[in-house]
Amino acid sequence: MTGTHLGMPAFPEAAREAVGNSTLRANLRHATRTIREKRALAVTELDDWAALREAGKQIKDHTLRHLDTYLLQLEEAVTAAGGTVHWAQDAAEANRIVTDLVRATGETEVVKVKSMATQEIGLNEHLAAEGITAYETDLAELIVQLADDRPSHILVPAIHRNRGEIRDIFRERMGDWGRPAPEGLSDIPAELAEAARLHLREKFLRAKVGVSGANFMVAETGTLVVVESEGNGRMCLTLPETLISVVGIEKVVPTWQDLEVFLQTLPRSSTAERMNPYTSMWTGTTDGDGPRDFHLVLLDNGRTAVLADEVGRQALRCIRCSACLNVCPVYERAGGHAYGSVYPGPIGAILTPQLRGTASEVDASLPYASTLCGACYDVCPVAIDIPEVLVHLREQVADQGGHRVEKAVLGAAAWAFDHPAVLATAQRAASLTRALHPSRLPGPGRAWTDSRDLPQLPDKPFRDWWKRHHEGKEDAQ
Amino acid sequence: MSSRRQMLDRIRRALDGGAGPGGASPAAAVSRAYAHEHGDRTPAETTDLLVETLEQYKAAVHRAAPGKVPHVVARLVAEAGSGRVVVPTGLPEHVLGLVGCEVEHERPGLTAGDLDTCGSVITSCALAIAETGTIVLDAGPGQGSRKLTLVPDHHICIVRAEQIVGSVPQALARLSPARPLTWISGPSASSDIELNRVEGVHGPRRLDVVVVDRG
Repeated sequence: MTGTHLGMPAFPEAAREAVGNSTLRANLRHATRTIREKRALAVTELDDWAALREAGKQIKDHTLRHLDTYLLQLEEAVTAAGGTVHWAQDAAEANRIVTDLVRATGETEVVKVKSMATQEIGLNEHLAAEGITAYETDLAELIVQLADDRPSHILVPAIHRNRGEIRDIFRERMGDWGRPAPEGLSDIPAELAEAARLHLREKFLRAKVGVSGANFMVAETGTLVVVESEGNGRMCLTLPETLISVVGIEKVVPTWQDLEVFLQTLPRSSTAERMNPYTSMWTGTTDGDGPRDFHLVLLDNGRTAVLADEVGRQALRCIRCSACLNVCPVYERAGGHAYGSVYPGPIGAILTPQLRGTASEVDASLPYASTLCGACYDVCPVAIDIPEVLVHLREQVADQGGHRVEKAVLGAAAWAFDHPAVLATAQRAASLTRALHPSRLPGPGRAWTDSRDLPQLPDKPFRDWWKRHHEGKEDAQ
Repeated sequence: MSSRRQMLDRIRRALDGGAGPGGASPAAAVSRAYAHEHGDRTPAETTDLLVETLEQYKAAVHRAAPGKVPHVVARLVAEAGSGRVVVPTGLPEHVLGLVGCEVEHERPGLTAGDLDTCGSVITSCALAIAETGTIVLDAGPGQGSRKLTLVPDHHICIVRAEQIVGSVPQALARLSPARPLTWISGPSASSDIELNRVEGVHGPRRLDVVVVDRG
């Protein structure tokens, strides 16, 4: 994935810093609690929620099992409708394809709809290095871009900012990117939205190239679907002459009818609405309506590796609703940045280590960034068993020697348990030296005792106590 | 080897030879035990539900008998203070009969910039969904191109009662994916500031829906 997040500290260090930031915690607590209650209400309205969830899971599982077939079908349908399909194995290839397509138009600016896939590949940074400016047009993405910040939530990348901070960012930075914020801008959300409307309108009206992702791609028809709220998506998808959509290969669904499941579960899970304000669906190009050129870039970037893992592949069912973030006690306290990836929260903790591997410190620590409480699984509209995948990934991290001390300790313990005489001697020795035990572990074990007391040992091992009290009694009976 | 070939090969290797049981037929693999519609409603109740759900998402709803539509449309244009309205081809002319300001018909070459200076847009729709408070436009007669209902700040949409369906599954079954589709549920909004919904970002900030009762 992108270099934006590389060199991040492991989750525990990043989280410790975040937990100490009281503004951040208050912002997150307020926002996640608000949305949690609303989502529960929106879901309760549908008495067939369990059946919709199960159907969503089955559609995605079926698609993944026949992913090659459906991608080929999609390619054929998109091509027949006037679009061009490109295949990108990794971030570098996707970035190169998009850059070349933009260059071919002669333009040096693009307008963007919020898209996880383009964040994942670091498209904006790549385009900037190639002399092309990408304007983010989603309100939260705009806030992140203006503040030179990083996204911290899948749906609301600026969830870590409150209205006062947003007003300050608009006042200070909008002028650097185009139309400045109106004089005397307050922190009233409606005024902030108005400021974004004015700032971006001139960009929409002159834009010749739009870049998007997609929530769904329908294999049988070649239709792409973008679900949004503000109308910036509609602007980017319909006003430019050229549209480039970068979409992960797992976003394909087999049939038009399949949308009836996800268009009911996604809005309720993400923004707790019966339906989001705007959904755009397009199939190739249409004469006299919308872009003349449409390019679809199908992105792998680690997804086929995830697919190869029979337990982990369920993460590819994700429809990026972010309900799991909003219910997660760890996310609520640590915030999105601590996860060191564009995919934070519970889904990030299982997706990132699978997409990037667990070689780096932050990626190896992500499967542990959870209490395994299971709230994420309960709310997931495609029933991804996140705790199951977390435990599975912990096994992998442990196997690769990610935690050396733990491995050494468990190795020694296994040997001792295999040699009862050694174990008995060690236990007696431990009991006899009780008075000398420190309250905190030295060396690498210190971190463990930072937040825990060492257990107190009894004055004699259980086997000695048993011997004294029970020896001979069983024989007597 | 092309990237296309390599990605397809990797997928097949990941799936250990490809297709799982049942072949590539979603019909066999997916149990659609969910409801086709939530609840049992008469057509009149479906219309009432649409009005309720639209209003909950801050669309203004106006019910009118067929003969009264021109009056309602003219009043809404006047209330918005629009000096110029734009309309798509295929919208029944009598609907516009009482509009007091300049009426411009969509033509090839009409730019987004032209639309930006226009007060209101008046369209019909392909259908509406009662359960979710959604209007769907499919660029058919009376609906115009997608930018027509996007750039102006005020959208008046005329929905005939017989165009209202109950649910999302019923809507998809009636729509053609070959057409560009726009699903609209209330005016433009954002949840990006503290996860609270704020109306009015880039799309029309004012959405008036005229629901025309059965004649």
